[in-house]
Amino acid sequence: MRRVPDTAARIRIASDGKSIDTSDAEFVINPYEEYALEQAVQLKEKHGGEVTVVTLGPEKTTQVIMKALALGADKAVHLKVDKIPEDPGSIARAIANELKGSEFDVLLFGKKGVDDDNQQVGPMVAELLGIPCITQIVKLDVSDGRGVAHREVEGGSITVETTLPAAFTAEKDLTVPRYASLRELVAARKKPIIVKDVQLRALSLEIISVQNPPPRPPGKIVGKGVDAVPTLVKLLHEEAKVI
Amino acid sequence: MTGEVLVLAESSGPAFRKAALEAVTEGRRLADLLRVSEIVLAIGNGLKDPASELGKYGADKVILADDPLLAIFHPDYYRQIALEAIKRVNPSIILAAATSTGKDLAPRLAIHLDTAVASECTHLEMENGKLIATRPAYAGKVLLRVKVNSSPSIATLRPNVFTAREAVPGKKPTVEQIAFNRPDSRMIVKEFVTQGAKKLDLTEASVIVSGGRGMGGPQNYKILEELAEVMGGVVGASRASVDAGWRPHSDQVGQTGRTVSPMLYIAAGISGAIQHRVGMINSKVIVAINKDPEALIFGFADYGIVGDVFEVVPALTREMKAFYGKT
Repeated sequence: MRRVPDTAARIRIASDGKSIDTSDAEFVINPYEEYALEQAVQLKEKHGGEVTVVTLGPEKTTQVIMKALALGADKAVHLKVDKIPEDPGSIARAIANELKGSEFDVLLFGKKGVDDDNQQVGPMVAELLGIPCITQIVKLDVSDGRGVAHREVEGGSITVETTLPAAFTAEKDLTVPRYASLRELVAARKKPIIVKDVQLRALSLEIISVQNPPPRPPGKIVGKGVDAVPTLVKLLHEEAKVI
Repeated sequence: MTGEVLVLAESSGPAFRKAALEAVTEGRRLADLLRVSEIVLAIGNGLKDPASELGKYGADKVILADDPLLAIFHPDYYRQIALEAIKRVNPSIILAAATSTGKDLAPRLAIHLDTAVASECTHLEMENGKLIATRPAYAGKVLLRVKVNSSPSIATLRPNVFTAREAVPGKKPTVEQIAFNRPDSRMIVKEFVTQGAKKLDLTEASVIVSGGRGMGGPQNYKILEELAEVMGGVVGASRASVDAGWRPHSDQVGQTGRTVSPMLYIAAGISGAIQHRVGMINSKVIVAINKDPEALIFGFADYGIVGDVFEVVPALTREMKAFYGKT
């Protein structure tokens, strides 16, 4: 699980020109991991077992960990770093090290973080652990040590079956996240959070600079109602040359 | 010594994906900059004349993996083929399209090769022998320039951003086969289910007609489908209309949906919230139809019509029919 700025947040480039200033952003659980967490909790409700949340992030990640515990996770492991590194391989190795030797049936990730948009950590962790990984799933059924997942791909979906343990990365349609009640928020405070300091390896992928995207030149209002339609078609053909 | 440029070219049926051909064109450009060869791994089942097809886009050599089991992406099968091709070529750069296949495979390869991937790149350049990639983050609210410090450098290219150009007509690359020996795998790829008659994916479409909350309900998308059909495009949707259950998530354009960059994006009854904007702002031309003249979308659309979508869209469909009838 990853702590990310809310998707509605304005993103400002920091003064160093190579990072994002998040000082006034509100942070949330990465939306794709909310779908994943909801899936995990639903599996627990159906099959029993325990849901552990593993997250790598700074001190302040505690706030979103509490949210995850309120949403149905039983315990959390917080791999503490000063900041989330820009190299997904570095994150994946820290998470894989933590998971090595631990027992689980289903390992769920969000398909990507809505901050760096890299979409790499899930399959990387799975490769490091040597377990199957099915990415971008919109449906998951688990029974008798097997998982059947539907991957959303260009133009359709692919059904993939695997034996467990296996990893899956969640697409938006996987689940509808629940809301935590006040009672659950209070109960979350009693659930265990294991905090570990981790050392990250040198970065293979490095940000050189961050820029604002080029602004779009202002457009024009062609007109009002159906009367404007012929002019629009003419402009698309003669001026924009897209038809 | 600089190694070659290797491009992983995926296919859909007997043809290469457009996004794969875009990657082959860009790979040609990088190979010329580095004065090395471009080698393309063609992967699929029953590929039609892969050598001349890839040669047109600049490939010097084609490594061909053609097998019924490679018809649909299987992570373990594709990984084995790709690693075999990489072993033979020893490339310094590996490119793939940022499709569901490319985005699944590239990070796996990075782990096996102990290197890194620049995802969904929109521009590539070489600086002192290192690959520098420009890629959007925060759903395109910012652009990052990133450097891959390890070799080989892997990049996935966002579809529809790079241009697939037939540069070398009649070029016949040499072909080398990879025999596919099915590896042990715990995953079984069962079936591919297509979504109705929709053939094109949003990320590959050159025209997208999207509807938002202003469409009023799922039954009203018919008028958008008619317009899209006349223009050879596909229908997209805003988050509001997907969350309301009017359209499937696979149609969603925006931060938690698809990021698209078609030639023409027509937004009907879409207000233009930031999370939608970031998913379509890189469209070449944006047209907005909205009854609210104050709608945010008019702030970044190239052409706007203030009006009722239920009147303007059918009129536009008629006008487009007449236009395409003429040309």
